[in-house]
Amino acid sequence: MTIGLSHYLVVAAILFTIGVFGIFVNRKNVIIILMCVELILLAVNINFVAFSTHLGDISGQIFALFVLTVAAAEAAVGLAILVVYFRNRGNIAVEDIDLMKG
Amino acid sequence: MNYQLIAPEILLAFTASLLLGFGVSKTKNRAPLIRNIAIGLLLLYAVLGFVMGSQTGVAFKGAIIADGFSHYVKFFLGVAGAGALLLSKNYLESENLDMFEFSILLMYAVLGMGIMVSSNNLLALYIGVEMQSLALYVMAAFNRDSLRASEAGLKYFVLGAISSGLLLYGISMLYGFTGSMNFGPIADSIAANGATSGVIAGMVFILCGLAFKISAAPFHMWTPDVYEGAPTPVTAFFAGAPKFAAIALIARLLIGPFGGIEDQWQQVIVVLAVLSMVVGAVGALQQTNIKRLMAYSSIANMGFALVPLAAGGEAGIRGMLIYMSIYVITVIGVFACILQMRIRDGMVEQVSDLAGLSNNNRALALILSVFMFSLMGIPPLLGFFGKWFAFAPAFTQGFIWLGIFALVMSVIAAFYYLRIVKVMWFDEAEIEFVKAPQSLRAISSLSVILLFVLILPFTAIPAQSWIAQAAASLF
Repeated sequence: MTIGLSHYLVVAAILFTIGVFGIFVNRKNVIIILMCVELILLAVNINFVAFSTHLGDISGQIFALFVLTVAAAEAAVGLAILVVYFRNRGNIAVEDIDLMKG
Repeated sequence: MNYQLIAPEILLAFTASLLLGFGVSKTKNRAPLIRNIAIGLLLLYAVLGFVMGSQTGVAFKGAIIADGFSHYVKFFLGVAGAGALLLSKNYLESENLDMFEFSILLMYAVLGMGIMVSSNNLLALYIGVEMQSLALYVMAAFNRDSLRASEAGLKYFVLGAISSGLLLYGISMLYGFTGSMNFGPIADSIAANGATSGVIAGMVFILCGLAFKISAAPFHMWTPDVYEGAPTPVTAFFAGAPKFAAIALIARLLIGPFGGIEDQWQQVIVVLAVLSMVVGAVGALQQTNIKRLMAYSSIANMGFALVPLAAGGEAGIRGMLIYMSIYVITVIGVFACILQMRIRDGMVEQVSDLAGLSNNNRALALILSVFMFSLMGIPPLLGFFGKWFAFAPAFTQGFIWLGIFALVMSVIAAFYYLRIVKVMWFDEAEIEFVKAPQSLRAISSLSVILLFVLILPFTAIPAQSWIAQAAASLF
């Protein structure tokens, strides 16, 4: 069996779904949410590279590099906000992020 | 390549970076100076496209486009950014938050929005969206010693990151199934191959990701919490500029690359519009915090602004532009009023704190009432004309039920605006606000004056033709 475009797309779709579900099902820790966000972005990268080789067009791979860069910046900002939150609150359990409601 | 096409963005990118270097190189607090420079630069940014002769064309091999539409939206982005900076002055000083990074972050956010509205390529679109989002996450958590602000920042970050993920997944699908990043070739490919399932999936993911940014229901969950927790000038900024940029980007996508599959996206936009109007109108009814109330109000207003987009066509784009422009003016004024709700110990933000305002501070009560009536859409005020131009395309282009639904929802929404008016004019006074600084009073009065001046024929008619040109440049 040769591995074609559809296999890559299915892997990416599964990773994407795991990432989205991980965010909504997880009730424990904000760090896990950040990991799920990374998972989503990497799933998209698999998509981009697979499409890029399939189409014979380089711009998909360039896009993947940009996604990696932005993912790093996003993780930096996210962790910084998380550290600020931890200083004020004392824990980072998802259930406790409920000061404002309604 | 013609660099003049992206001169506004180049200006902002270079000066923001220079100001950042200037800010960190001195130990003395440079915040007031940098804020004043930033206000000037943002105003220059707003008009630069017009000063340079409203040039049109594409730059960077089709990645960036300058046209009447982008010049028009950028004008409001720059003005809203400068307005939010002016509003922030006294607030940040009194809360001991007066750091120069605030102005820089706001400039970078406006820069990201400018790239969004003039993107003509999926990569430019993504970079623009991320640039504004990353700056806005930090601004939401700017008051870093406050639990509320950091919680708002955290919630905004998590939900914003999910929305970027959805947007990105949609972009990858669209790229894979059309074979191009530029909007023009994407439109050609869709016209040639029709609505394939891959393209439709990509379109839905992209629209969901952008619906997060305009806080359209069902992607609105972050809005009330972030509006309540973030520092009030930041909320004032959130409510105007990012919404306008994101909805302008949606309009460009719908008319450009997705122009050939109108019957597909119309359903998505109609669902977003209907849900937003319902959530915004019903959710606001039991709110007691005025910032939270304004969050639901902005959700409802995004629903109203999506109504003309769903109807489509040039009239639809024009209706959306008119509605959003009026909304941006009103929202800056409303937040200038909210920032005046200050007692000796600090800010208050409950609706009940406004009780008896007409006795203590008649001018503020009068101004806030005008804004509330404008948001309701009462005829002599500008808000009425916004709703008129927004709902008319729905009636003329076969979405009569949607138009009627929007009217019913604006009647329900009128209830909570009227409640604020009632509290101000008929309830017993409990507290008295301290005298507000001059800049806040000036901005709120200026917005009120604009609401009246813009309905006069000699300003309304040129503005109309300007907006019509901007809308026509998309087609």
